[in-house]
Amino acid sequence: MLGADAIVRCLEEEGVEYVFGYPGVAICPFYNSILDSSIQTILIRTEQNAAHAASGLARVSGKVGVCAVTSGPGATNVITGIATAFADSIPLVCITGQVNSALLGSDVFQEADITGAVESFVKYSYLVKNVNDIPRIFKEAFHIANTGRKGPVLIDVPIDIQNAELKKFVYPETVSMRTYKPTVRGNMAQIKKVVAELDKAKKPIICAGGGVLLSDAEEELRAFSKKHKIPVVSTMMGIGAMPTKDPLYFGMVGNNGKPYANRAMNESDLLIMVGARVADRAVSQPDLITENKVLVHIDVDPAEIGKNVGPTIPLVGDAKHIFEDLTAQEMVCDHEEWLETLAGYRESMAPKRNPNPEYVDPAVFITKLSEKMQDDAIYVADVGQNQIWSCGYHIVKDGRFLTSGGMGTMGYSIPAAMGAKLADKSKQAVAVCGDGSFQMSMMELATMNQHDIPVKIVVLKNNYLGMVRQYQHFTYKDNYSVVDLSGSPDLEKLAAAYNMDFLRLTNMENVDEAIDKFLAEDKSMIMECIINPMDLV
Amino acid sequence: MQKKVFQLLVDNTSGVLSRISGLFSRRGYNIESITAGTTADPRFTRITIVASGDDEILDQIEKQVAKLVDVRDIKELRPDNSVYRELALVKVRTNEVQRQGVISIADIFRAKIIDVSADSLIVELTGNQEKIEAFLNLLGGYEILELARTGIAGLGRGTENVTYL
Repeated sequence: MLGADAIVRCLEEEGVEYVFGYPGVAICPFYNSILDSSIQTILIRTEQNAAHAASGLARVSGKVGVCAVTSGPGATNVITGIATAFADSIPLVCITGQVNSALLGSDVFQEADITGAVESFVKYSYLVKNVNDIPRIFKEAFHIANTGRKGPVLIDVPIDIQNAELKKFVYPETVSMRTYKPTVRGNMAQIKKVVAELDKAKKPIICAGGGVLLSDAEEELRAFSKKHKIPVVSTMMGIGAMPTKDPLYFGMVGNNGKPYANRAMNESDLLIMVGARVADRAVSQPDLITENKVLVHIDVDPAEIGKNVGPTIPLVGDAKHIFEDLTAQEMVCDHEEWLETLAGYRESMAPKRNPNPEYVDPAVFITKLSEKMQDDAIYVADVGQNQIWSCGYHIVKDGRFLTSGGMGTMGYSIPAAMGAKLADKSKQAVAVCGDGSFQMSMMELATMNQHDIPVKIVVLKNNYLGMVRQYQHFTYKDNYSVVDLSGSPDLEKLAAAYNMDFLRLTNMENVDEAIDKFLAEDKSMIMECIINPMDLV
Repeated sequence: MQKKVFQLLVDNTSGVLSRISGLFSRRGYNIESITAGTTADPRFTRITIVASGDDEILDQIEKQVAKLVDVRDIKELRPDNSVYRELALVKVRTNEVQRQGVISIADIFRAKIIDVSADSLIVELTGNQEKIEAFLNLLGGYEILELARTGIAGLGRGTENVTYL
């Protein structure tokens, strides 16, 4: 058995169904071996999107997403995708081909020191030097990627190692790593302290981050919140941890969040932050969430606790287990008054918009779209104004909301929606992007077409890089610089060129019919919505 | 700003030192010295790092380093409970008149003369950082041509908190 065959066997052992990638000479042995496997290969049109697609798949399936690209430029192109996954703690295994190991370090054709280059964006990386290490390395890589605080792992495999003969293939049943042992269960003494504080609290609140979704703890969070009537807000990455319409849910916090969500968090006397980094966009003034309140910080990564704010009670562990343990504890929680206050804030502080009737109003459109989408649909927001509108107006029922929150990588939505769709073909997958972010990934229309991946794409078109234009509006007094998107393609013709259906919505007149038509069939489609170029989020 | 000495036990993998030093540089942590060498068990390397920063930064350093997959153990070597040693090699310009003066200072510090030439001496000194600083201060009247310091290596006293391999 060759090294390349062994890699494919490892992926089979891990239950991998799809590999997203782009071949080149240095990864050709692997792509030759995979022909004999039932694993499906998806030829992405640029390597960055291989990682994004793997990320979409990972987030919906809970399994590790896999991509495989060639050495040199293939490997360096995938870095943005890896960094995006790292910022959002998404489990990936990225396989990169590498030049012959005897030539490493001599700057030969298509050589790049990829393990060195990705060092600050991966949870771990390997450069395979001995073909017999392949089973152990892959076992470890999948384990590291999908345990503890999840994240991408890169495996760089020189072509001679892929072509070398393996003595014997034995896939290890367990991982024996001397150094890597993440804490999963929360410390009981700390949990008891949280319970004691909850007993006393008059105004408790939970702020759910992406960690809740990563540990598949939505049910446990909802059960705990419901049992003790504790209100919940979320970060951008935590959207979907609670259904949007749940009476106990009070929206997204942060400088792009709901004013009433921030007020709820700031006025609470007990704040339980879970699976959230307390980063600048979610909490711009960390002192507001530590003053006059007890801060409980739950995270599987001990380094996140105390990084941006010093908590009163640190609690290291996996959100799922910790909510199970918390729900099992008895406590007195009586704060009807607090819930009434928050409901009042939600009513009185709801943001008001004055849409221009000559255009599609993205807020109303997104709400209508998400109401008409299937309950378990996957909504992928891109980056820019579209992302902020999506966060503000998308209604999560029983589905998922995906976006690049940490890195804010434009072009994420289309490839991620493709990966999400492949993870569960029974679900609707809708990518919502702007005309800027669409053009960063529009080459993937070919991938959808080739591999029959029915993703719905909404393009909110305003002919501007809207988020930057908005920033220049406020910061540089409308002195617009390099934000005009003139020259963009005619999307109707583009859709036709890729054999896709197309719809254009220019105002709100026929919005219901248009959305119904857009969602009717399980096939890929582009819907262009003409929005007010001067609109602000 | 405070200073802390950390002792790490890490898997002896290729690139482990660059992973650790890369973590310090990209997060903007101050590293004053770093020394590394294999332990009695060649699968592991022991690293001693002297880092400086305020309390929060030093706490983050400990947690972020602990998070690296290759790191098996990190602990602080507290001054009251540990021994630190550093080796310094000092090349001093000496003529016949000056030579004896340098040798006398070296004697007081129990340093060794390990090389003599017509116009220079190399002195080897082992000790904690204060001792080495004091020695260098006393050599202030002479011309130091070259100085090589290893950075400190350290161990905790006694058998408590020993990380068994």
